[in-house]
Amino acid sequence: MSVETKQLNCINCPLGCLLTVTITDGNITNVTGNTCPRGEKYAHQELTNPQRMLTSTVRIEGGELPLLPVVSKTTLPKGKILDCAAALRNVTIQAPVKTGDVVAANILGLGVDIIASRDMDKI
Amino acid sequence: MGEQLYDIIIVGGGPAGLSAAYSAWQNGAKKILVLERDREAGGILQQCIHNGFGLHHFKEELTGPGYAQRCYDLVKDKPEIEILVDTMVLNVGEDKTVTAVSPKHGLINVHGKTIILTMGCRERTRGAIRIPGYRPAGVFTAGAAQRMVNMEGYLPGKKIVILGSGDIGLIMARRMSLEGCKVQAVLEICPFSNGLTRNMVQCLYDYNIPLHLSHTITAIHGKDRVTGVTVAKVDDHMQPIPGTEFDIECDTLLLSVGLIPENELSRGLGLAMHPLTNGPIVDQHRETSIPGIFAAGNVVHVHDLVDFVSEEAEIAGKYAALKAQDQITPEVADVKIEAIDEVRTCVPQHVRAAAEGETIRLFMRVRKPMKKVRLTVKSGDDTLLTKVLPVAKPSEMIAVNIPADKAKGHHADWTVSVKEEA
Repeated sequence: MSVETKQLNCINCPLGCLLTVTITDGNITNVTGNTCPRGEKYAHQELTNPQRMLTSTVRIEGGELPLLPVVSKTTLPKGKILDCAAALRNVTIQAPVKTGDVVAANILGLGVDIIASRDMDKI
Repeated sequence: MGEQLYDIIIVGGGPAGLSAAYSAWQNGAKKILVLERDREAGGILQQCIHNGFGLHHFKEELTGPGYAQRCYDLVKDKPEIEILVDTMVLNVGEDKTVTAVSPKHGLINVHGKTIILTMGCRERTRGAIRIPGYRPAGVFTAGAAQRMVNMEGYLPGKKIVILGSGDIGLIMARRMSLEGCKVQAVLEICPFSNGLTRNMVQCLYDYNIPLHLSHTITAIHGKDRVTGVTVAKVDDHMQPIPGTEFDIECDTLLLSVGLIPENELSRGLGLAMHPLTNGPIVDQHRETSIPGIFAAGNVVHVHDLVDFVSEEAEIAGKYAALKAQDQITPEVADVKIEAIDEVRTCVPQHVRAAAEGETIRLFMRVRKPMKKVRLTVKSGDDTLLTKVLPVAKPSEMIAVNIPADKAKGHHADWTVSVKEEA
Protein backbone atom coordinates (compact mmCIF):
# COMPACT_ATOMS: atom_id res chain seq x y z
CA MET A 1 0.00 0.00 0.00
CA SER A 2 1.45 3.38 -0.99
CA VAL A 3 0.37 6.46 0.96
CA GLU A 4 1.38 9.99 -0.01
CA THR A 5 0.16 13.45 1.01
CA LYS A 6 -0.12 16.56 -1.12
CA GLN A 7 -0.77 20.17 -0.13
CA LEU A 8 -2.70 22.64 -2.24
CA ASN A 9 -4.56 25.92 -1.79
CA CYS A 10 -8.28 25.97 -2.44
CA ILE A 11 -9.18 28.76 -4.91
CA ASN A 12 -12.96 28.86 -4.40
CA CYS A 13 -12.98 31.98 -2.24
CA PRO A 14 -10.61 34.61 -0.80
CA LEU A 15 -9.98 32.49 2.33
CA GLY A 16 -7.60 30.26 0.29
CA CYS A 17 -7.56 27.29 2.69
CA LEU A 18 -4.40 25.15 2.68
CA LEU A 19 -5.64 21.63 2.01
CA THR A 20 -3.74 18.46 2.89
CA VAL A 21 -4.79 15.52 0.73
CA THR A 22 -3.96 11.90 1.56
CA ILE A 23 -3.64 9.62 -1.46
CA THR A 24 -3.69 5.87 -0.85
CA ASP A 25 -2.87 3.63 -3.82
CA GLY A 26 -3.71 6.45 -6.21
CA ASN A 27 -7.07 7.23 -4.60
CA ILE A 28 -7.88 10.29 -2.49
CA THR A 29 -8.73 8.93 0.94
CA ASN A 30 -8.71 12.05 3.11
CA VAL A 31 -8.83 15.87 2.81
CA THR A 32 -8.10 18.15 5.77
CA GLY A 33 -7.62 21.90 6.23
CA ASN A 34 -10.79 22.91 4.38
CA THR A 35 -13.27 25.25 6.07
CA CYS A 36 -16.24 24.23 3.94
CA PRO A 37 -17.35 21.29 1.73
CA ARG A 38 -16.27 23.13 -1.43
CA GLY A 39 -12.65 22.59 -0.36
CA GLU A 40 -12.98 18.82 -0.44
CA LYS A 41 -14.67 18.95 -3.83
CA TYR A 42 -11.95 21.25 -5.13
CA ALA A 43 -9.20 18.87 -3.94
CA HIS A 44 -10.79 15.95 -5.83
CA GLN A 45 -11.28 18.05 -8.98
CA GLU A 46 -7.82 19.60 -8.86
CA LEU A 47 -6.02 16.26 -8.48
CA THR A 48 -8.08 14.38 -11.07
CA ASN A 49 -9.23 16.91 -13.69
CA PRO A 50 -8.20 20.51 -12.84
CA GLN A 51 -10.51 23.17 -14.29
CA ARG A 52 -10.29 26.95 -14.72
CA MET A 53 -12.46 29.74 -16.05
CA LEU A 54 -11.02 31.64 -19.03
CA THR A 55 -11.40 35.39 -19.53
CA SER A 56 -9.87 37.12 -22.55
CA THR A 57 -10.78 39.46 -25.41
CA VAL A 58 -11.65 39.15 -29.11
CA ARG A 59 -11.43 41.76 -31.85
CA ILE A 60 -14.70 43.51 -32.66
CA GLU A 61 -15.43 45.56 -35.78
CA GLY A 62 -17.78 48.53 -35.82
CA GLY A 63 -17.97 48.73 -32.02
CA GLU A 64 -17.25 51.51 -29.54
CA LEU A 65 -13.95 49.79 -28.70
CA PRO A 66 -11.61 47.60 -30.79
CA LEU A 67 -11.84 44.76 -28.25
CA LEU A 68 -14.71 42.89 -26.61
CA PRO A 69 -14.13 41.15 -23.24
CA VAL A 70 -15.26 37.52 -23.20
CA VAL A 71 -15.60 34.71 -20.66
CA SER A 72 -16.01 30.95 -20.83
CA LYS A 73 -19.57 29.95 -19.96
CA THR A 74 -18.27 27.25 -17.59
CA THR A 75 -14.83 26.03 -16.62
CA LEU A 76 -12.38 24.50 -19.12
CA PRO A 77 -9.67 21.88 -18.57
CA LYS A 78 -6.68 23.73 -17.08
CA GLY A 79 -4.29 22.19 -19.62
CA LYS A 80 -6.31 23.64 -22.52
CA ILE A 81 -6.52 27.25 -21.28
CA LEU A 82 -3.51 28.55 -23.24
CA ASP A 83 -4.70 26.82 -26.43
CA CYS A 84 -8.16 28.37 -26.04
CA ALA A 85 -6.66 31.84 -25.42
CA ALA A 86 -4.52 31.45 -28.56
CA ALA A 87 -7.61 30.43 -30.57
CA LEU A 88 -9.48 33.55 -29.38
CA ARG A 89 -6.70 35.77 -30.74
CA ASN A 90 -7.85 34.80 -34.25
CA VAL A 91 -11.54 35.56 -33.65
CA THR A 92 -13.08 38.79 -35.01
CA ILE A 93 -16.77 39.57 -34.59
CA GLN A 94 -19.10 42.38 -35.65
CA ALA A 95 -20.87 44.88 -33.38
CA PRO A 96 -23.45 45.14 -31.92
CA VAL A 97 -23.15 42.50 -29.19
CA LYS A 98 -25.19 41.85 -26.05
CA THR A 99 -23.90 40.38 -22.77
CA GLY A 100 -24.11 36.59 -23.01
CA ASP A 101 -24.02 36.40 -26.83
CA VAL A 102 -21.93 33.44 -28.02
CA VAL A 103 -18.66 34.67 -29.49
CA ALA A 104 -16.98 31.29 -30.12
CA ALA A 105 -19.20 28.21 -29.89
CA ASN A 106 -17.79 24.93 -28.54
CA ILE A 107 -14.22 26.20 -28.38
CA LEU A 108 -11.66 23.63 -29.60
CA GLY A 109 -14.42 21.03 -29.44
CA LEU A 110 -14.35 21.10 -25.62
CA GLY A 111 -18.11 21.59 -25.35
CA VAL A 112 -17.88 25.07 -23.79
CA ASP A 113 -19.05 28.33 -25.40
CA ILE A 114 -17.15 31.61 -25.07
CA ILE A 115 -19.60 34.47 -24.45
CA ALA A 116 -19.51 38.28 -24.40
CA SER A 117 -19.12 39.75 -20.91
CA ARG A 118 -20.59 43.17 -21.81
CA ASP A 119 -22.84 44.92 -24.32
CA MET A 120 -21.08 46.70 -27.19
CA ASP A 121 -23.11 49.05 -29.35
CA LYS A 122 -22.46 49.65 -33.02
CA ILE A 123 -21.13 53.12 -33.84
CA MET B 1 -26.55 73.50 -19.97
CA GLY B 2 -27.74 76.38 -17.84
CA GLU B 3 -27.19 76.60 -14.10
CA GLN B 4 -29.33 73.89 -12.58
CA LEU B 5 -30.09 72.66 -9.08
CA TYR B 6 -29.83 68.93 -8.48
CA ASP B 7 -30.71 66.92 -5.39
CA ILE B 8 -27.41 65.08 -5.75
CA ILE B 9 -24.36 65.54 -7.97
CA ILE B 10 -22.08 62.51 -8.14
CA VAL B 11 -18.47 63.03 -9.21
CA GLY B 12 -17.33 59.83 -10.99
CA GLY B 13 -19.37 57.15 -12.78
CA GLY B 14 -17.52 54.00 -11.69
CA PRO B 15 -19.06 51.31 -9.50
CA ALA B 16 -19.23 53.68 -6.50
CA GLY B 17 -20.90 56.49 -8.47
CA LEU B 18 -23.41 54.20 -10.19
CA SER B 19 -24.27 52.35 -6.96
CA ALA B 20 -24.69 55.67 -5.13
CA ALA B 21 -26.96 56.97 -7.91
CA TYR B 22 -29.18 53.89 -7.77
CA SER B 23 -29.41 53.97 -3.99
CA ALA B 24 -30.22 57.72 -4.03
CA TRP B 25 -32.98 57.03 -6.55
CA GLN B 26 -34.35 54.21 -4.37
CA ASN B 27 -34.42 56.62 -1.45
CA GLY B 28 -36.50 59.24 -3.18
CA ALA B 29 -34.03 61.65 -4.82
CA LYS B 30 -35.69 63.16 -7.90
CA LYS B 31 -32.84 64.89 -9.71
CA ILE B 32 -29.52 63.05 -9.79
CA LEU B 33 -26.53 63.94 -11.97
CA VAL B 34 -23.52 61.66 -12.52
CA LEU B 35 -20.40 63.19 -14.07
CA GLU B 36 -17.90 60.78 -15.67
CA ARG B 37 -14.67 61.74 -17.41
CA ASP B 38 -14.25 58.55 -19.47
CA ARG B 39 -16.17 57.88 -22.70
CA GLU B 40 -18.58 55.59 -20.86
CA ALA B 41 -19.63 54.80 -17.28
CA GLY B 42 -18.24 51.78 -15.41
CA GLY B 43 -14.85 53.08 -14.30
CA ILE B 44 -11.91 50.75 -13.84
CA LEU B 45 -14.15 47.66 -14.07
CA GLN B 46 -14.26 47.99 -17.87
CA GLN B 47 -10.62 46.94 -18.05
CA CYS B 48 -10.80 44.29 -15.29
CA ILE B 49 -12.01 41.57 -17.67
CA HIS B 50 -11.27 38.69 -15.26
CA ASN B 51 -14.00 37.07 -13.17
CA GLY B 52 -14.47 36.94 -9.41
CA PHE B 53 -16.58 40.10 -8.96
CA GLY B 54 -20.06 40.29 -7.50
CA LEU B 55 -20.27 37.19 -5.29
CA HIS B 56 -21.42 39.28 -2.30
CA HIS B 57 -23.37 42.06 -4.01
CA PHE B 58 -25.09 40.28 -6.90
CA LYS B 59 -24.78 36.71 -5.47
CA GLU B 60 -23.20 35.63 -8.75
CA GLU B 61 -19.66 35.46 -10.10
CA LEU B 62 -19.22 38.17 -12.74
CA THR B 63 -16.41 39.68 -14.81
CA GLY B 64 -15.50 43.35 -14.24
CA PRO B 65 -17.37 44.55 -17.36
CA GLY B 66 -20.26 42.26 -16.36
CA TYR B 67 -20.42 43.91 -12.93
CA ALA B 68 -20.29 47.39 -14.50
CA GLN B 69 -23.09 46.39 -16.85
CA ARG B 70 -25.26 45.33 -13.89
CA CYS B 71 -24.66 48.64 -12.13
CA TYR B 72 -25.33 50.59 -15.32
CA ASP B 73 -28.51 48.66 -16.18
CA LEU B 74 -29.95 49.66 -12.79
CA VAL B 75 -29.64 53.39 -13.55
CA LYS B 76 -29.69 53.82 -17.33
CA ASP B 77 -33.38 54.30 -18.09
CA LYS B 78 -34.37 56.29 -15.02
CA PRO B 79 -35.62 59.78 -15.94
CA GLU B 80 -34.46 61.00 -12.51
CA ILE B 81 -30.83 60.04 -13.24
CA GLU B 82 -28.74 61.90 -15.80
CA ILE B 83 -25.25 60.63 -16.71
CA LEU B 84 -22.82 62.91 -18.55
CA VAL B 85 -19.75 61.16 -19.98
CA ASP B 86 -16.60 62.77 -21.40
CA THR B 87 -17.06 65.27 -18.59
CA MET B 88 -14.17 66.29 -16.38
CA VAL B 89 -14.93 67.93 -13.06
CA LEU B 90 -12.50 70.79 -12.40
CA ASN B 91 -13.74 72.08 -9.10
CA VAL B 92 -16.23 71.39 -6.33
CA GLY B 93 -17.04 74.42 -4.19
CA GLU B 94 -18.04 74.48 -0.53
CA ASP B 95 -21.37 75.96 -1.67
CA LYS B 96 -21.83 72.70 -3.68
CA THR B 97 -21.28 74.29 -7.07
CA VAL B 98 -19.61 71.87 -9.46
CA THR B 99 -17.57 73.17 -12.39
CA ALA B 100 -16.87 70.75 -15.23
CA VAL B 101 -15.93 70.72 -18.91
CA SER B 102 -17.03 68.50 -21.76
CA PRO B 103 -16.61 68.67 -25.55
CA LYS B 104 -20.39 68.59 -25.94
CA HIS B 105 -21.49 71.14 -23.34
CA GLY B 106 -18.37 73.27 -22.90
CA LEU B 107 -18.03 74.76 -19.43
CA ILE B 108 -20.68 73.47 -17.06
CA ASN B 109 -21.72 74.99 -13.73
CA VAL B 110 -24.25 73.00 -11.74
CA HIS B 111 -25.41 73.23 -8.16
CA GLY B 112 -26.30 70.35 -5.83
CA LYS B 113 -28.20 70.18 -2.55
CA THR B 114 -25.71 67.40 -1.81
CA ILE B 115 -22.57 66.07 -3.50
CA ILE B 116 -21.12 62.56 -3.49
CA LEU B 117 -17.43 62.21 -4.28
CA THR B 118 -16.68 58.90 -6.02
CA MET B 119 -13.47 59.61 -7.93
CA GLY B 120 -11.81 56.28 -7.13
CA CYS B 121 -8.05 55.90 -6.94
CA ARG B 122 -5.04 55.84 -9.21
CA GLU B 123 -1.78 53.97 -9.38
CA ARG B 124 1.53 54.86 -7.83
CA THR B 125 4.14 55.33 -10.55
CA ARG B 126 7.87 54.87 -10.99
CA GLY B 127 8.40 58.32 -9.51
CA ALA B 128 6.74 57.26 -6.27
CA ILE B 129 9.23 54.44 -5.66
CA ARG B 130 12.35 56.12 -7.06
CA ILE B 131 13.99 53.37 -9.13
CA PRO B 132 17.32 54.66 -10.45
CA GLY B 133 18.39 54.39 -14.09
CA TYR B 134 17.54 55.85 -17.48
CA ARG B 135 13.98 56.62 -18.53
CA PRO B 136 13.54 54.14 -21.41
CA ALA B 137 10.22 53.25 -23.03
CA GLY B 138 8.63 50.07 -21.71
CA VAL B 139 7.91 51.02 -18.07
CA PHE B 140 4.16 51.02 -17.41
CA THR B 141 1.91 50.90 -14.41
CA ALA B 142 0.07 47.57 -14.41
CA GLY B 143 -3.30 49.30 -14.77
CA ALA B 144 -2.19 51.33 -17.80
CA ALA B 145 -0.95 48.12 -19.44
CA GLN B 146 -4.24 46.42 -18.51
CA ARG B 147 -6.20 49.11 -20.32
CA MET B 148 -3.97 48.78 -23.41
CA VAL B 149 -4.28 44.98 -23.53
CA ASN B 150 -7.95 44.62 -22.58
CA MET B 151 -9.62 47.67 -24.15
CA GLU B 152 -7.40 49.28 -26.74
CA GLY B 153 -5.83 46.28 -28.46
CA TYR B 154 -2.11 46.84 -27.93
CA LEU B 155 0.52 44.70 -26.20
CA PRO B 156 2.98 46.79 -24.19
CA GLY B 157 5.76 44.23 -24.82
CA LYS B 158 6.66 40.55 -25.08
CA LYS B 159 9.04 39.78 -22.23
CA ILE B 160 7.70 41.07 -18.96
CA VAL B 161 8.89 41.66 -15.39
CA ILE B 162 6.31 42.72 -12.80
CA LEU B 163 7.22 44.65 -9.66
CA GLY B 164 4.64 44.18 -6.90
CA SER B 165 2.56 41.12 -6.08
CA GLY B 166 -0.73 42.81 -5.28
CA ASP B 167 -3.78 41.48 -7.07
CA ILE B 168 -3.38 43.78 -10.08
CA GLY B 169 0.21 42.57 -10.59
CA LEU B 170 -0.87 38.92 -10.31
CA ILE B 171 -3.85 39.35 -12.63
CA MET B 172 -1.62 41.03 -15.22
CA ALA B 173 0.95 38.21 -14.97
CA ARG B 174 -1.76 35.79 -16.10
CA ARG B 175 -3.21 38.17 -18.66
CA MET B 176 0.15 38.72 -20.40
CA SER B 177 0.75 34.93 -20.40
CA LEU B 178 -2.63 34.35 -22.04
CA GLU B 179 -1.70 36.85 -24.77
CA GLY B 180 1.44 34.86 -25.56
CA CYS B 181 3.96 36.98 -23.64
CA LYS B 182 6.67 35.55 -21.40
CA VAL B 183 6.43 36.74 -17.82
CA GLN B 184 9.96 36.38 -16.46
CA ALA B 185 9.26 37.04 -12.79
CA VAL B 186 7.14 38.84 -10.22
CA LEU B 187 9.10 40.70 -7.54
CA GLU B 188 7.77 41.64 -4.11
CA ILE B 189 9.60 43.80 -1.58
CA CYS B 190 7.57 42.41 1.36
CA PRO B 191 8.29 38.94 2.78
CA PHE B 192 4.69 37.98 1.90
CA SER B 193 2.53 38.42 -1.19
CA ASN B 194 0.02 41.24 -1.05
CA GLY B 195 -2.42 39.39 -3.28
CA LEU B 196 -5.12 36.82 -2.57
CA THR B 197 -3.97 33.19 -2.30
CA ARG B 198 -6.39 32.20 -5.05
CA ASN B 199 -4.70 34.68 -7.38
CA MET B 200 -1.26 33.30 -6.49
CA VAL B 201 -2.50 29.86 -7.55
CA GLN B 202 -4.46 30.83 -10.66
CA CYS B 203 -2.17 33.56 -11.97
CA LEU B 204 1.37 32.49 -11.01
CA TYR B 205 1.54 28.77 -10.18
CA ASP B 206 -0.68 27.79 -13.13
CA TYR B 207 1.78 29.50 -15.50
CA ASN B 208 5.01 28.57 -13.66
CA ILE B 209 5.88 32.23 -13.09
CA PRO B 210 8.59 32.69 -10.42
CA LEU B 211 7.77 34.95 -7.44
CA HIS B 212 10.72 36.48 -5.59
CA LEU B 213 9.64 37.64 -2.12
CA SER B 214 11.78 40.20 -0.23
CA HIS B 215 13.25 41.37 -3.56
CA THR B 216 13.15 44.69 -5.36
CA ILE B 217 14.53 46.37 -8.47
CA THR B 218 17.68 48.44 -7.98
CA ALA B 219 18.22 49.48 -11.62
CA ILE B 220 16.35 49.62 -14.91
CA HIS B 221 18.55 49.01 -17.97
CA GLY B 222 18.20 50.26 -21.53
CA LYS B 223 18.35 53.71 -23.05
CA ASP B 224 15.59 53.85 -25.68
CA ARG B 225 13.77 50.69 -24.61
CA VAL B 226 13.97 48.61 -21.43
CA THR B 227 16.47 45.74 -21.89
CA GLY B 228 16.43 44.35 -18.35
CA VAL B 229 16.39 45.04 -14.64
CA THR B 230 18.78 44.43 -11.75
CA VAL B 231 17.13 42.79 -8.77
CA ALA B 232 18.38 42.51 -5.20
CA LYS B 233 17.22 40.84 -2.01
CA VAL B 234 16.17 43.27 0.73
CA ASP B 235 16.81 43.15 4.48
CA ASP B 236 14.26 43.54 7.29
CA HIS B 237 14.19 47.31 6.67
CA MET B 238 13.50 46.80 2.95
CA GLN B 239 17.00 47.97 2.04
CA PRO B 240 18.82 46.13 -0.82
CA ILE B 241 21.54 43.76 0.44
CA PRO B 242 24.83 44.33 -1.45
CA GLY B 243 26.11 41.24 -3.23
CA THR B 244 22.66 39.70 -3.79
CA GLU B 245 22.02 41.43 -7.12
CA PHE B 246 21.12 39.55 -10.30
CA ASP B 247 19.86 40.63 -13.72
CA ILE B 248 16.62 39.67 -15.49
CA GLU B 249 16.22 40.32 -19.21
CA CYS B 250 12.94 41.97 -20.27
CA ASP B 251 11.52 44.53 -22.70
CA THR B 252 8.74 45.67 -20.38
CA LEU B 253 8.45 46.45 -16.69
CA LEU B 254 4.99 46.62 -15.11
CA LEU B 255 4.62 48.39 -11.77
CA SER B 256 1.96 47.24 -9.36
CA VAL B 257 3.14 49.21 -6.37
CA GLY B 258 0.04 50.56 -4.71
CA LEU B 259 -2.98 52.77 -5.22
CA ILE B 260 -3.69 56.29 -4.03
CA PRO B 261 -7.22 57.66 -3.55
CA GLU B 262 -7.70 60.48 -6.05
CA ASN B 263 -8.48 63.44 -3.83
CA GLU B 264 -7.45 66.64 -5.62
CA LEU B 265 -11.07 67.84 -5.54
CA SER B 266 -11.44 66.87 -1.87
CA ARG B 267 -8.27 68.78 -0.95
CA GLY B 268 -9.45 71.76 -3.00
CA LEU B 269 -12.58 71.72 -0.88
CA GLY B 270 -10.52 71.64 2.30
CA LEU B 271 -12.08 68.39 3.55
CA ALA B 272 -10.52 66.87 6.67
CA MET B 273 -8.35 63.99 5.42
CA HIS B 274 -7.07 60.85 7.15
CA PRO B 275 -3.27 60.43 6.95
CA LEU B 276 -3.35 56.60 6.60
CA THR B 277 -6.31 56.05 4.28
CA ASN B 278 -5.37 59.16 2.23
CA GLY B 279 -9.10 59.78 1.91
CA PRO B 280 -11.65 62.10 3.50
CA ILE B 281 -12.65 61.44 7.10
CA VAL B 282 -16.26 60.24 7.03
CA ASP B 283 -19.05 59.31 9.43
CA GLN B 284 -21.19 56.17 9.17
CA HIS B 285 -23.28 57.81 6.41
CA ARG B 286 -20.08 58.64 4.48
CA GLU B 287 -20.63 62.35 5.10
CA THR B 288 -17.33 64.28 5.13
CA SER B 289 -16.28 67.21 7.33
CA ILE B 290 -18.40 69.55 5.15
CA PRO B 291 -22.14 68.96 5.71
CA GLY B 292 -23.89 67.73 2.56
CA ILE B 293 -20.67 66.51 0.91
CA PHE B 294 -20.38 62.71 0.97
CA ALA B 295 -17.67 60.34 -0.27
CA ALA B 296 -17.60 56.61 -0.97
CA GLY B 297 -15.54 53.85 -2.54
CA ASN B 298 -11.84 53.94 -3.34
CA VAL B 299 -11.67 57.70 -2.88
CA VAL B 300 -12.29 57.12 0.86
CA HIS B 301 -10.01 54.09 1.24
CA VAL B 302 -8.72 51.57 -1.30
CA HIS B 303 -10.89 48.44 -1.37
CA ASP B 304 -10.02 44.94 -2.53
CA LEU B 305 -13.62 43.96 -3.36
CA VAL B 306 -15.87 46.04 -5.60
CA ASP B 307 -18.80 44.49 -3.73
CA PHE B 308 -17.81 46.50 -0.65
CA VAL B 309 -17.43 49.62 -2.81
CA SER B 310 -21.04 49.24 -3.95
CA GLU B 311 -22.20 48.61 -0.40
CA GLU B 312 -20.45 51.72 0.89
CA ALA B 313 -21.72 53.83 -2.04
CA GLU B 314 -25.28 52.70 -1.34
CA ILE B 315 -24.93 54.06 2.19
CA ALA B 316 -23.68 57.41 0.83
CA GLY B 317 -26.44 57.49 -1.82
CA LYS B 318 -29.14 56.80 0.74
CA TYR B 319 -28.09 59.44 3.24
CA ALA B 320 -27.34 62.07 0.56
CA ALA B 321 -30.88 61.47 -0.74
CA LEU B 322 -32.39 61.79 2.75
CA LYS B 323 -30.36 64.94 3.40
CA ALA B 324 -31.50 66.48 0.11
CA GLN B 325 -35.08 65.83 1.28
CA ASP B 326 -34.43 67.13 4.83
CA GLN B 327 -35.13 63.72 6.35
CA ILE B 328 -32.01 63.24 8.46
CA THR B 329 -32.54 62.26 12.09
CA PRO B 330 -30.87 64.78 14.40
CA GLU B 331 -27.65 63.57 16.03
CA VAL B 332 -27.31 63.33 19.81
CA ALA B 333 -23.56 62.66 19.96
CA ASP B 334 -20.45 62.57 17.78
CA VAL B 335 -18.52 59.41 18.65
CA LYS B 336 -14.93 58.91 17.47
CA ILE B 337 -13.74 55.49 16.29
CA GLU B 338 -10.08 54.81 16.94
CA ALA B 339 -8.07 52.02 15.26
CA ILE B 340 -5.75 50.42 17.83
CA ASP B 341 -3.38 47.44 18.22
CA GLU B 342 -3.03 45.63 14.85
CA VAL B 343 -5.84 47.59 13.15
CA ARG B 344 -4.22 50.09 10.78
CA THR B 345 -7.32 51.86 9.49
CA CYS B 346 -11.03 51.83 10.17
CA VAL B 347 -13.79 53.49 8.13
CA PRO B 348 -15.95 55.28 9.21
CA GLN B 349 -13.73 57.31 11.53
CA HIS B 350 -16.66 58.59 13.56
CA VAL B 351 -20.36 58.00 14.18
CA ARG B 352 -22.99 60.70 14.43
CA ALA B 353 -25.23 58.81 16.80
CA ALA B 354 -29.00 59.22 16.60
CA ALA B 355 -31.17 58.63 19.68
CA GLU B 356 -32.71 55.42 18.34
CA GLY B 357 -29.37 53.95 17.14
CA GLU B 358 -28.66 52.26 13.80
CA THR B 359 -26.56 49.37 12.53
CA ILE B 360 -22.98 50.52 12.04
CA ARG B 361 -20.80 48.66 9.53
CA LEU B 362 -17.06 48.97 10.07
CA PHE B 363 -14.45 48.33 7.35
CA MET B 364 -10.88 47.84 8.57
CA ARG B 365 -7.42 46.80 7.50
CA VAL B 366 -4.75 45.19 9.69
CA ARG B 367 -1.04 46.00 9.76
CA LYS B 368 0.42 42.54 9.07
CA PRO B 369 -0.66 38.99 8.13
CA MET B 370 -1.77 36.98 11.19
CA LYS B 371 -3.50 33.73 12.06
CA LYS B 372 -6.21 33.36 14.71
CA VAL B 373 -6.87 36.90 15.88
CA ARG B 374 -9.47 38.42 18.19
CA LEU B 375 -11.36 41.44 16.94
CA THR B 376 -12.92 43.64 19.62
CA VAL B 377 -15.01 46.80 19.33
CA LYS B 378 -15.45 48.74 22.57
CA SER B 379 -17.16 51.93 23.66
CA GLY B 380 -15.30 53.04 26.76
CA ASP B 381 -15.22 49.83 28.84
CA ASP B 382 -18.31 48.27 27.23
CA THR B 383 -17.65 45.58 24.63
CA LEU B 384 -19.92 46.04 21.59
CA LEU B 385 -18.53 43.10 19.63
CA THR B 386 -15.82 40.49 20.01
CA LYS B 387 -15.02 37.58 17.73
CA VAL B 388 -12.18 35.34 16.58
CA LEU B 389 -11.08 35.37 12.93
CA PRO B 390 -9.07 32.43 11.50
CA VAL B 391 -6.86 34.71 9.36
CA ALA B 392 -6.28 38.45 8.95
CA LYS B 393 -4.20 39.96 6.12
CA PRO B 394 -3.43 43.57 5.15
CA SER B 395 -4.65 42.80 1.62
CA GLU B 396 -8.10 41.70 2.76
CA MET B 397 -10.46 44.26 4.22
CA ILE B 398 -12.41 43.06 7.26
CA ALA B 399 -16.06 44.13 7.56
CA VAL B 400 -18.21 43.75 10.68
CA ASN B 401 -21.63 45.00 11.77
CA ILE B 402 -22.43 46.55 15.11
CA PRO B 403 -26.19 45.97 15.40
CA ALA B 404 -28.41 48.96 16.26
CA ASP B 405 -29.31 47.61 19.72
CA LYS B 406 -25.59 47.28 20.58
CA ALA B 407 -24.61 50.66 19.10
CA LYS B 408 -27.49 52.55 20.71
CA GLY B 409 -26.55 54.83 23.58
CA HIS B 410 -22.82 54.03 23.46
CA HIS B 411 -21.57 57.58 23.18
CA ALA B 412 -18.13 57.10 24.77
CA ASP B 413 -15.50 56.97 21.98
CA TRP B 414 -15.09 53.57 20.31
CA THR B 415 -11.92 51.55 19.83
CA VAL B 416 -11.45 48.83 17.23
CA SER B 417 -8.76 46.30 18.08
CA VAL B 418 -7.28 43.17 16.49
CA LYS B 419 -4.81 41.10 18.50
CA GLU B 420 -3.22 37.72 17.96
CA GLU B 421 -4.73 35.09 20.25
CA ALA B 422 -2.21 33.60 22.67
